[in-house]
Amino acid sequence: MNLRTNCDVTQAIQLLHNCLSRQISREALNWLEEKTNYISQGAAQRLFYTAFSAVPRYLGKQQLTLSTQDLRAAAAIRPGWNPQHWSVDQAGRTLIVLSLPHTDVEKYLWILEQVFTTADVRELVALYQSLPLLPHPEKHCARAAEGVRSNMTSVFNAVALRNPYPADYFDDLAWNQMILKAVFVGSPLYLIHDSDRRANPELAKMLVDYARERWAAKRSVTPELWRFVGYSEGELQALAKVLQTNDIVQQEAAALACAHSPLPQAQKLLACYPHLQAAIGRGDLTWSRFSRDRLGADV
Amino acid sequence: MMFIDPHIHMISRTTYDYMVMREYGVVAVIEPSFWLGQPRTSAGSFKDYFSSLVGWERFRASQFGIQHYCTIGLNPKEANNEALAAQVMELLPLYACKEGVVAIGEIGYDDMTPAEDKYFCQQLELAQELDMLVLIHTPHRNKKTGASRSMDRCIEYGLAPSRVIIDHNNEETVEEVLARGFWAAFTIYPHTKMGNARMVEIVRQYGCDRIIVDSSADWGVSDPLAVPKTAQLMLERGIPEAQVRAVCYENALAAYSQSNQFSESDWLTSTIDQRELYYGNSVLRGQTPVVETSRDQILIE
Repeated sequence: MNLRTNCDVTQAIQLLHNCLSRQISREALNWLEEKTNYISQGAAQRLFYTAFSAVPRYLGKQQLTLSTQDLRAAAAIRPGWNPQHWSVDQAGRTLIVLSLPHTDVEKYLWILEQVFTTADVRELVALYQSLPLLPHPEKHCARAAEGVRSNMTSVFNAVALRNPYPADYFDDLAWNQMILKAVFVGSPLYLIHDSDRRANPELAKMLVDYARERWAAKRSVTPELWRFVGYSEGELQALAKVLQTNDIVQQEAAALACAHSPLPQAQKLLACYPHLQAAIGRGDLTWSRFSRDRLGADV
Repeated sequence: MMFIDPHIHMISRTTYDYMVMREYGVVAVIEPSFWLGQPRTSAGSFKDYFSSLVGWERFRASQFGIQHYCTIGLNPKEANNEALAAQVMELLPLYACKEGVVAIGEIGYDDMTPAEDKYFCQQLELAQELDMLVLIHTPHRNKKTGASRSMDRCIEYGLAPSRVIIDHNNEETVEEVLARGFWAAFTIYPHTKMGNARMVEIVRQYGCDRIIVDSSADWGVSDPLAVPKTAQLMLERGIPEAQVRAVCYENALAAYSQSNQFSESDWLTSTIDQRELYYGNSVLRGQTPVVETSRDQILIE
């Protein structure tokens, strides 16, 4: 069952404010503080809308600088929250959204809907990245699924990558569609939070079907998809085929899939490749190492 | 020579225009919010229109080496449908401060009705509240009175003339606009507005201070090359190059850079990458990005 996580909004605000105060000018910070104060005190909606849009005009768009401590604090405030790749305008926009009064849930959601439906690309990215921090998290599920349907890669990635919201709130249908789409658009799956926890037989079946379609068209597939495969005899056949290729990256991924498969036949299959089995046994070949060494993951 | 066309409605032009404009030296355009030739029937079509001004159109222009900016506003003509106008006013704050929005505009008068006046004033208030520049559309009929009244209203609402661009000027309005300290823009548009031979004479008479040339090209019979063509004619007819550069590039830059959303470095440092997509869509129609020799390929991979 999904893990329901409510974020401590005050702590999230504090953390983002601290990070920004180290990086932006006093003048820019004053502007932001003034706007967030007015908004939290129930200022007219147009102040919220204009301030939200205007953030880069005052704060700029440089990369947000976060210490290891900040990142640890972020993960403590909201498990899975990782603002490592945020920019200052995204942090500022998140602060503005977090200041919006939310006791009147209907009104709160209506105002958010207005910004979502009129947002430009950078604004959408900021909004979707802030989803795991927002109050009433369970109410944003349809909106997040809409973000996944976006054919703008940066917007899709804002929902799917480094974002704990999907793993915590998506049902299997939305979750599986997100993973499949990540494969389609070439987004790195290792950046999807808690993906191992949400692996499921239906997803595995879809991924193998996808791989077969690609093979029929003489196209390749990302080795990352084997991470979610290994529930059935048919899937093992696909893994066996991958293990026979001359591509060491694909072979390693298939070997890892066998190692993690609950089926005894998978272990037998892996035993036909003793060097890979041994590497896995020694801990030299793990998904995390594979992501780092073969896919360039920054872990 | 580099050119800026600070008033052009690219949404009604084809991509081919962007290609030719770039070839003739246009590096940046400003697209003021406009009407569509027929009345819009709901606020939703304004919403989509504004979204395309800050989204798709910016992307499309960038794919052909042109930086795209816009102004956001309720067009004077459309203020007369008051029920709709009120809803559009609710939308404006959602767009006015987005990236690349350089002014509130084009606003002003068409028939000079009370409804037009009401929404013009409300938008001046919005500009004042958000510390934004204003682009004024002067009416086609009764232009002189309309221009004067527009400027009166700007002053009344506390806007500095140096932060207001008055457009669609002619020989009759230019003197007052310049004398009162506003920017005077001229639309080079066949038959209905300013011709470029007349424009040469205006620059000869008034010099190049605070004068801006644009095309206003839209879905009508108009010319997206009006700025470079006017520059060429000015040079041919003996206007000094420095003055040509001022009215076809530098003045627009000076006026709109006050918005902090419009900077020469935007186009001096930009590069074209036609492999990029917008909402998954490309401007290209089967062409290989940048390379033009692929049209006869029949192999589909």
